[in-house]
Amino acid sequence: MAEVVFKNVVKAYGNVTVVPELNLKIEDGRFTVLVGPSGCGKSTTLRMIAGLEEITSGELYIGDRVVNRVLPRDRDIAMVFQSYALYPHMTVRENMSFGLKLRKMATAEINKRVDEVAKMLAISEYLDRRPKALSGGQRQRVAMGRAIVRRPSVFLFDEPLSNLDAKLRGEMRREIAKLHQSLKTTIVYVTHDQVEAMTLADTIVVMEKGIIRQMGEPLELYGKPANKFVAGFIGSPTMNFIPCSVTDGKMSNSSFKMKIPDEFDTAKHKDVILGIRPENVEHTDKDGDGVISGTAEIVEPLGAEILVTVTTESGSVMAGFEPTFRVKVGDKLKLRFPPDKIHIFNTETSGNSLRRG
Amino acid sequence: MNSHSSIRMFLTHLFLIVFTILTLYPVMLVVRKSLSPGDNFSRSLNPVPKELTLKHYKDVIGSRDSTGRSLFGRQFLNSLVVSLITTIMGLFLASTAAYSFSRFRFAGREIGLTMFLVVQMFPATLIMIPLYVILDRLGLLNSMTGLVLVYSTTAIPFCVWMLKGYFDTIPKELEEAAWIDGATRFSMFWRVVLPLSRPALAVTALFSFMTAWNEYILAETFLNEETAYTLPVMLQHYVGSHSTSWGKFAAGSVIVSVPIMVLFYVLQKHLVGGLTAGGVKG
Repeated sequence: MAEVVFKNVVKAYGNVTVVPELNLKIEDGRFTVLVGPSGCGKSTTLRMIAGLEEITSGELYIGDRVVNRVLPRDRDIAMVFQSYALYPHMTVRENMSFGLKLRKMATAEINKRVDEVAKMLAISEYLDRRPKALSGGQRQRVAMGRAIVRRPSVFLFDEPLSNLDAKLRGEMRREIAKLHQSLKTTIVYVTHDQVEAMTLADTIVVMEKGIIRQMGEPLELYGKPANKFVAGFIGSPTMNFIPCSVTDGKMSNSSFKMKIPDEFDTAKHKDVILGIRPENVEHTDKDGDGVISGTAEIVEPLGAEILVTVTTESGSVMAGFEPTFRVKVGDKLKLRFPPDKIHIFNTETSGNSLRRG
Repeated sequence: MNSHSSIRMFLTHLFLIVFTILTLYPVMLVVRKSLSPGDNFSRSLNPVPKELTLKHYKDVIGSRDSTGRSLFGRQFLNSLVVSLITTIMGLFLASTAAYSFSRFRFAGREIGLTMFLVVQMFPATLIMIPLYVILDRLGLLNSMTGLVLVYSTTAIPFCVWMLKGYFDTIPKELEEAAWIDGATRFSMFWRVVLPLSRPALAVTALFSFMTAWNEYILAETFLNEETAYTLPVMLQHYVGSHSTSWGKFAAGSVIVSVPIMVLFYVLQKHLVGGLTAGGVKG
């Protein structure tokens, strides 16, 4: 068990800086998910913890030890790769034993550990098979098993579920959650899938271009995104964004007008961006404050809810309604944005939230 | 199967059969000669011998040197030792070099690889005289050591290229996983990369062995004592300037081919690729 701390860590390849000045504390025993679009530096960050990428400057701690110059094998970590990286010429048992054998553990102890973990992951019957003879989900379990038998102080997962089909992905996601509950070891998990991040994480770290845009608990990021990037990245379907201008405590555009709630400070801004999640959009019959009208363009009944894309003069707005709501393409609709559910961001590149405090 | 595809199948097989006969026919003539009495090479095109005799084989295998010891045995052993040591040295040096070329970035890497390719373009006869001078200075003429050194240096560049190409296809993640698992650079190479490279290693071994086993010109130049001869040199000496013992030559040729055939047979199951399937996705 150990915490992982980045102190002013920089990663550059020649002149190209991938991660500029990373300061991050990954707490002991927590499940931390690094999430972001491809190229955001999340995998590089993980590989720096593993020791597979050198650190250009700054200090990386695992526990209370600076590990910048420590070899991967001496960092007391285990990693699960996106491609699984199982040794093809070894059986499942040999794959799982490999690390322990290299560490000169007694055979009896190795076998005991492998059997125990295999039982936990329900792969006992495949121990004598080669990876070639396993399905994707089984390979995934073996890859996890190989990490677990080592009993490292930090687990690293690099997009471990992205090669699985949707159903299996959900299943393995729940297994990983269960695993963390029973092992209570520090886990650093990289993904580009915000659903995985939301469901697995104790702490989510949202990254963009090597910079942390927000870090916090999943519901905090969902409820109070610090900027437009995080707001757009967390949550599915994506948050709607509507550009408005500010006058006299109101934000408006040609088709829409709304009183700015007190919790937002827009005093210094002429233009802002209003954000609202599809699931927070309501339908109404009356015109009024925070109501926008438009025409249903796409209707997607999902069973549990019905997604309607509405074309308005301010652009497309997606809304999620209760499944009993009856609407067809071409219908006129009035949409209401509840004041306690909206977000307001500045129009600068930072896109920071204007929420007070 | 429709008639169109069965005609295709027939033509394909016909083509293959004709080529097999074309390839094997000269070999069959040699086998016929080795089993026929007399030393003249018959002009007949019939590959089936009229009379059978094993005399030529007995003569070749039973050859003795001036002290009465088996000359063929000695020469066979020479060939075997030279070829085996060349193979082992070639494999060891080529696989380690190829691994470095494949995985590390170092000064001289590009030039090294290019040089290895360029030296392949010169025929061995071109360096014969310099090699003779060098071996003479080192006192390695008429010695197995000299021959092994020469054969290794000529075989290694090709082997390096071939193995590097194969190592390049082994996913890097496997080594990264091993590294995190606790492996050293050497154990990554030894316990992960080499076992996965069996097909390439088999081909490389075969190539090194055959280079040494079949080589004639350099051996003829560097060896001038009968007891130091390798088998190809021995064979050539049955072809005299005045008379040629075609029977012994043919029998010797067949005998010399046998080890190569055995080697092919033994290694063939390793030549099948696809060993890395299943390790990483896809």
